[in-house]
Amino acid sequence: MTERDGAEHPADLVTAYDAIVVGGGHNGLVNAAYLAKAGLRTLVLEQRDLVGGAAVTEQPVPGFSFTTFSYALSLLRPEIVHELDLVRHGFLPLMMPSSFHPTGDGGYLLLGDDHDQNVQEIRRHCPHDADAYDRYHHDLDRVVQAVQPLFDNPPPDVFGTDPDDQADVAWLLKHLGGVDRSVMHDVVRLLTGSAADWLEDYFRHEAVKGFHASSSIIGSKVGPMSPGSGLVLLFHKMGQHDGHLGSWAFHKGGNGGFTQVLARAATAFGAEIRLGARVASVLTREDRAVGVALEDGAELHAPVVVSALDPRRTFLDLVDPRRLPSELVDSVERMRFRGVSAKVNFALDGLPVFPALPPRPDGGGVDHYGGFLNIGPTIEYVEHAFDAAKYGWYSERPFIDAAIQSVVDPDMAPPGKHVMSCFVQYAPYELRGSDWEAERDRFGDTAQAVLESHFPGFGDLVLHRQVVTPVDIERVTGLTEGNIFAGELLAPQMYFFRPAPGWSRYRTPIAGYYQCGSGTHPGGCVIGSPGRLAGQRVLRDLAAAR
Amino acid sequence: MPALAARWSPRSAPPTVSRVIRTTPFHERLKALDSQGLYTHWQGRLSALRYSPAPKHEYFAVRSSVGVFDTSPLSKYRIEGPDAERFLAGVLVRDIRACPPGRGQYTLWCDDRGFVMEDGVVLRHSPTEFVLTAARPNHGRLTDLAGRLRVRVEDVSDASGMLAVQGPRSRTVLAGLAPEVAALPVFAHTPTSVAGVPVTVSRTGYTGDLGYEVTVPADGALDVLDAVLEAGRDHGLRPFGEEALMVLRIEAGLPLLDVEWTNSRLAFTDEQRVTPSELGMGWMLRGVEDPTRPFVGRDAIRHELATGGPRWATVGLVVDPANWERLHREAGLLPPVHEHPLPYESLLYDAPTRDHQVGYVTSLVYSPVLQRHVGLARVRPELASPGTRLQLEVAVHHGTTTVRACTATLPLFDPPRRTARHD
Ligand SMILES: Cc1cc2nc3c(=O)[nH]c(=O)nc-3n(C[C@H](O)[C@H](O)[C@H](O)COP(=O)(O)OP(=O)(O)OC[C@H]3O[C@@H](n4cnc5c(N)ncnc54)[C@H](O)[C@@H]3O)c2cc1C
Repeated sequence: MTERDGAEHPADLVTAYDAIVVGGGHNGLVNAAYLAKAGLRTLVLEQRDLVGGAAVTEQPVPGFSFTTFSYALSLLRPEIVHELDLVRHGFLPLMMPSSFHPTGDGGYLLLGDDHDQNVQEIRRHCPHDADAYDRYHHDLDRVVQAVQPLFDNPPPDVFGTDPDDQADVAWLLKHLGGVDRSVMHDVVRLLTGSAADWLEDYFRHEAVKGFHASSSIIGSKVGPMSPGSGLVLLFHKMGQHDGHLGSWAFHKGGNGGFTQVLARAATAFGAEIRLGARVASVLTREDRAVGVALEDGAELHAPVVVSALDPRRTFLDLVDPRRLPSELVDSVERMRFRGVSAKVNFALDGLPVFPALPPRPDGGGVDHYGGFLNIGPTIEYVEHAFDAAKYGWYSERPFIDAAIQSVVDPDMAPPGKHVMSCFVQYAPYELRGSDWEAERDRFGDTAQAVLESHFPGFGDLVLHRQVVTPVDIERVTGLTEGNIFAGELLAPQMYFFRPAPGWSRYRTPIAGYYQCGSGTHPGGCVIGSPGRLAGQRVLRDLAAAR
Repeated sequence: MPALAARWSPRSAPPTVSRVIRTTPFHERLKALDSQGLYTHWQGRLSALRYSPAPKHEYFAVRSSVGVFDTSPLSKYRIEGPDAERFLAGVLVRDIRACPPGRGQYTLWCDDRGFVMEDGVVLRHSPTEFVLTAARPNHGRLTDLAGRLRVRVEDVSDASGMLAVQGPRSRTVLAGLAPEVAALPVFAHTPTSVAGVPVTVSRTGYTGDLGYEVTVPADGALDVLDAVLEAGRDHGLRPFGEEALMVLRIEAGLPLLDVEWTNSRLAFTDEQRVTPSELGMGWMLRGVEDPTRPFVGRDAIRHELATGGPRWATVGLVVDPANWERLHREAGLLPPVHEHPLPYESLLYDAPTRDHQVGYVTSLVYSPVLQRHVGLARVRPELASPGTRLQLEVAVHHGTTTVRACTATLPLFDPPRRTARHD
């Protein structure tokens, strides 16, 4: 079978919609907004009673807004902000003023917006690394620059024969041909190597390396010393909120605040969002998608159905895999989803105290809490944390990427109180000899103990603690095995091969049935590109059919 | 209105940092909150550029919670006497007679050729008493114009400090200290007290957000600041400096003397000068035909309006973000983000061929809330309607080229909370 377009809807089916998007995560919403903007009568079906998927803000305790799952924004493509007019609907990323990295010996590394001060901060720890810092960022920026066009366009179909495909392949080769030799070498170093090796080539100080390694393991079953962690590091550097590559923000109201903005934009373009509507299957007739059946038995028809779910659900749950090419089914079965991340979210009675940076009597002097608090002092610390995951257990001293969002967005908590989001690794989806229900509290205690060791007295501040296990992630959002990216960021699962060889261009073997979740190119994170690029695919196919 | 000390008293004399540069009444405390020690000189005072390594954090405090800015260096003039209203009606461009006690106006003053000299805010405290703030000294000019009117103009600049409290949470913070603040409409003011110190709180500011300014006797300044900091502590309050202020005021469409225009009295050519209409303040001219209100420059302004109108229109400018990206990417560069306003004017054309220059940009900066570069510009009046497509000249790799931009209504950012009434 080959990829087909979305024409020829059976005439006898009365349809109130031109397109149905299954799943109201951020990619589903982005996709629906583009389709509605192009004039399609678009319906989004979301199983939960709120949209956002892995990007939601909820109040398990009144007054405290928790980013249940994802908590920070960087990779979102700027063209989506502009094309969907998101500013008008309340888009407001609050740039993080700092990144704070305790060095494990009571000291810290505190980096911020002022380049000169950052260089001196590095130099304070290690004179050698001060100028390496500039070289490092220069080289990484050039890699990002080389990779970005691949990120922002659908992967060419190298296996395709039609002239369009060949033009895309020619474009790709031309682009790669124009990349500087040393940059290309850096691309390969990153895509195939470990973050540890890459960082060793620049830095000497263990904490400086540890700080930069933190983004190399997010959401991935790799340690910083594993090959493949370089790719994860690079992926997290692809964002560029305020023009600084790799910079991060807290959206006003958390990442759920962001998906509410998307929902408003989609609705303003005319899309309809139906909550509490769980899709059981995609309806097909003569190898074409013709609509969906809801879990409650209702059927809704449309000539275009877009799955915003992950590849397992898109290909194995929503449709009958026996109707698909077995090579595709094999690939999807083989795709790795091994979730290793958990969240522990806290409602706090006040700000934690880092002894080396005590607050001033007026309550100020806490600028180190403006952005990420990176608990993973050295590469070895994080690699040790990873060890447990290899053998089916969670880290006794986990890596934690924490954020006290209420410092920059006081609307997230009552006056004087705070919310702290902790992304904790490693927490493998499958535990050997136990299960997550049994381990929930102990795991929460483990994370809290690490925080206590850096912020003495932390426990006394805790008003409420929410432990979100990989099983919870899967249960609530549908992300298979709790993998935060809807498929790991591994080289054989990227670009041409995401989600499967030959199916990286948002179509499926079923005409009229498309895919736009994070399991498609370029991948996970709150990024929106899958939704946008899939939208372009649908619209182009419809135009061609006309 | 509490009488402000017009003379130096040893108690209120601010400490000096040099023979002529001094510090503001809030300095001692703000300095303790400042990890940077970076200052400009503003009217003989140290004015902080920023308080932390991240001016963006300060900027977001104003747009998302609350920030305080030390605006004490403004010149302040107390204008009082039975003829004070008549005097100001003859000096200021806006009709001060329409401003009752308890209200204020943002206004301009012109020379007799109808060109703008300066701008400022005047608060009316009683039928016969006003306080005018200005960015530069104006005592000489004001007294020169007083003639035989029964009015006294007093320079009270050093007697008081002024603290701008700006941002969505500013009302909550200040109303907690002085409940009268809650009901203040835009450009209204009220006498009240904070921490036992008599102050004036006005709903004014230079950020285009919900905000207030607190005028406080110099010797009570620290007590008031302490109270505000304490009240703001749980609301994410932070001090902000001039770097954040510049972005805020451009988004708010508020012009700055010596950037958007040159004081007509000090300009060398008419090209440097602007009329109120050209500055985008044509709305101030309501009633300019009223024969009972002659003000300095009125006849020339009437003449301007009667004969072909202003040479320029002031507009907002929005740079096309996609075009900006592409332009730089294709040149092999990372698209720059100008977090500080460009220190020079940029030129506007009607087409990429650049045959006809049709305007110029006085301020250009990246706006975090709007997610693109925006500016204040002056264009030929026929191009002023919002959405007019223009080409902005920019330099890339040592040569000039153009990027798409279009005109927009000012203010560029105008949240409803700025003018909303408290309910
Ligand atoms: C714990 C955690 C932390 C993260 N942190 C960050 C971060 O800080 N920054 C970042 O950029 N990324 C982060 N990520 C990754 C990012 O949030 C996800 O990759 C992204 O949000 C996925 O978006 P999506 O739209 O592709 O899918 P999802 O968000 O998973 O959306 C799928 C939607 O479909 C709905 N659904 C599922 N099945 C059905 C059905 N049968 N019928 C109807 N609806 C259905 C779900 O309820 C959900 O709303 C994090 C993820 C997790 C889990």
